Amino acid sequence: MAPPLSEQDTDQLWSLNEVSFGYGTTPVLHKVSLALRPGSCYGILGPNGSGKTTLLDLLSGLLMPQSGTIEFKGRPLHSWPKKQLAQRLALVPQDFMVRFGYSVREVVEMGLHPHLHRFAAPSEKDQALIDEVLRVTGITTLADRPVTRLSGGEKQRVAVARALAQQPTVLLLDEATSNLDIHHSLEILQLIRQRFEQQGMQVIAVMHDLNLASFFCDHLIFLKQGQVVCQGPTEEVLTPDTIAAVYGVEAEVTPNTFTNCRQVSFRLPVNP
Amino acid sequence: MNNRSATTTLLQLTAVLVCAVALAATLGFLKVSIPDVLSILFARLTQQPLPAGIDPVAATVVADIRMPRILAAVLVGGMLGVSGAIFQAILLNPLADSYTLGISTGAAFGASLVIVLQIFGLVLPPVVSVPIFAFGGAIGTLALVLYLASGDRRLSSTSLILAGVIVAAILSAAIGFLKFLADEQVGIIIFWLMGSLSGASWQNIQLLTPTALLGVLVALFYSRDLNIMATGDRAATSLGVHTVRLRTTLLTTGTLLTALAVSVSGIIGFVGLIVPHMLRHMVGPDNRRLIPLSFFTGGLLLLFADTLTRAVLPVEVPIGVLTALLGGPFFCILFKKRQKDGTTAF
Repeated sequence: MAPPLSEQDTDQLWSLNEVSFGYGTTPVLHKVSLALRPGSCYGILGPNGSGKTTLLDLLSGLLMPQSGTIEFKGRPLHSWPKKQLAQRLALVPQDFMVRFGYSVREVVEMGLHPHLHRFAAPSEKDQALIDEVLRVTGITTLADRPVTRLSGGEKQRVAVARALAQQPTVLLLDEATSNLDIHHSLEILQLIRQRFEQQGMQVIAVMHDLNLASFFCDHLIFLKQGQVVCQGPTEEVLTPDTIAAVYGVEAEVTPNTFTNCRQVSFRLPVNP
Repeated sequence: MNNRSATTTLLQLTAVLVCAVALAATLGFLKVSIPDVLSILFARLTQQPLPAGIDPVAATVVADIRMPRILAAVLVGGMLGVSGAIFQAILLNPLADSYTLGISTGAAFGASLVIVLQIFGLVLPPVVSVPIFAFGGAIGTLALVLYLASGDRRLSSTSLILAGVIVAAILSAAIGFLKFLADEQVGIIIFWLMGSLSGASWQNIQLLTPTALLGVLVALFYSRDLNIMATGDRAATSLGVHTVRLRTTLLTTGTLLTALAVSVSGIIGFVGLIVPHMLRHMVGPDNRRLIPLSFFTGGLLLLFADTLTRAVLPVEVPIGVLTALLGGPFFCILFKKRQKDGTTAF
């Protein structure tokens, strides 16, 4: 057994200090500093090209910052062994593509990878876990179908099931529901929200739809041109002013008793 | 995957392979019965004198000529099958293999270079230098093809295969030039281009066996990681797979397998493409099954083809020509069928 990791500062999930990143000569993120703590469902919002996905890739360790530092649980992110990180972080990518005809069940079982010894077969307990995540994501009936034959929405649910099979402490969502219809979006978001509230699985979600973000997230981070424009609890920062500053549209934000959260309606400014 | 059923399947396949090897050893110009083959091999292995009633000529033919060739066919076929499975899985491309990527041609170029250098008086021990030059040529080709295709970040089928075709065309011209330089000894180079197992010796087997074993073990060791690669780099990284290290290790392994196979047998196309491709349709894409099965199926297929040209056909057709003649149309059918199915995975 490896000695237990020092996770002294468990009060902090991530702390980013002046993180910058760019592809080639194009800067994408510029001196972003953030502290993400457990206990809130985070939403990362912003227009296209504002650096949301890049920020998520930095958090997951896929990309290395060109300057600045990222710590995860009080330890530099890149000093974490990949396997231990994968036991704690799961990612649901935007377009989940599988190139060969693996069955849905085989793809979901891949989520066990960081928890299994290289040549070990999944135990009965693991199999029960797979059955359970297939059930909650509503894809039990698809279990034996080749994943290449599924619709975009079905594939996305497979991606969510696989991330849940990974039993992460933190789930990273990259516009995970943008390919889903409204029914399946709400179902998946509610399922993840339940895991957050009941089992303490932390969530960081890049979102596109402001109304879904308002329904789903406790804390919003708005990015524009690679910088954090504003962040805070949803009810404080989801305002017409923020939306005008970030997206350049006029918005009306009203508390809605039907959905029990703030809802946004938009129009283009009359005099741009 | 159930471990016990996997072991059973493996034992069954080994048994089939051993039977096929024994059967192949009986066939040829000189017919030898299966019991005689077994007693000849037993006598050789235990270094005991031959039992009475067995023709010593038959013993020499079986033990020194047929056996190395048969084993080379099995090993080369298996290595090509496994390298095809590796290339297809790592490049996420069901049409990738050492032949379509130009790697075989690169290896043949390296091997031809040794022959030409020898003609010009450079003395190199061929048993070692041919594999080394073949590997050099193969890995150089791989690097060039990947570089040419890398403009397209997804390394799609089209750009990879186009790059492979371009590089192979240049290398073919270079081989043509080597043939011109080789002048009267051009026949030896032509041997590499058409592929033949007729020159296989026990020395080749000594080199092929550890390479094949190493290649299969490396591929098996990473087989679960390879499966996960099918879901893309981002998803694979988030599951703790070292994608860059995995790619480098396995592309090198696949290239090594190809280069060593080519250094013994010359270019034998389509085995590496069709064996894993066909198996994927039959047993699914799980590399934990696909890799060992590719070895056995590739080995059996090439043994069958080689026995056909050695013992059954009236004239010995170079095996590379035979596999291309049999595999080419098969490939065309697959290609057409995929278009009809509307599968866009191409």
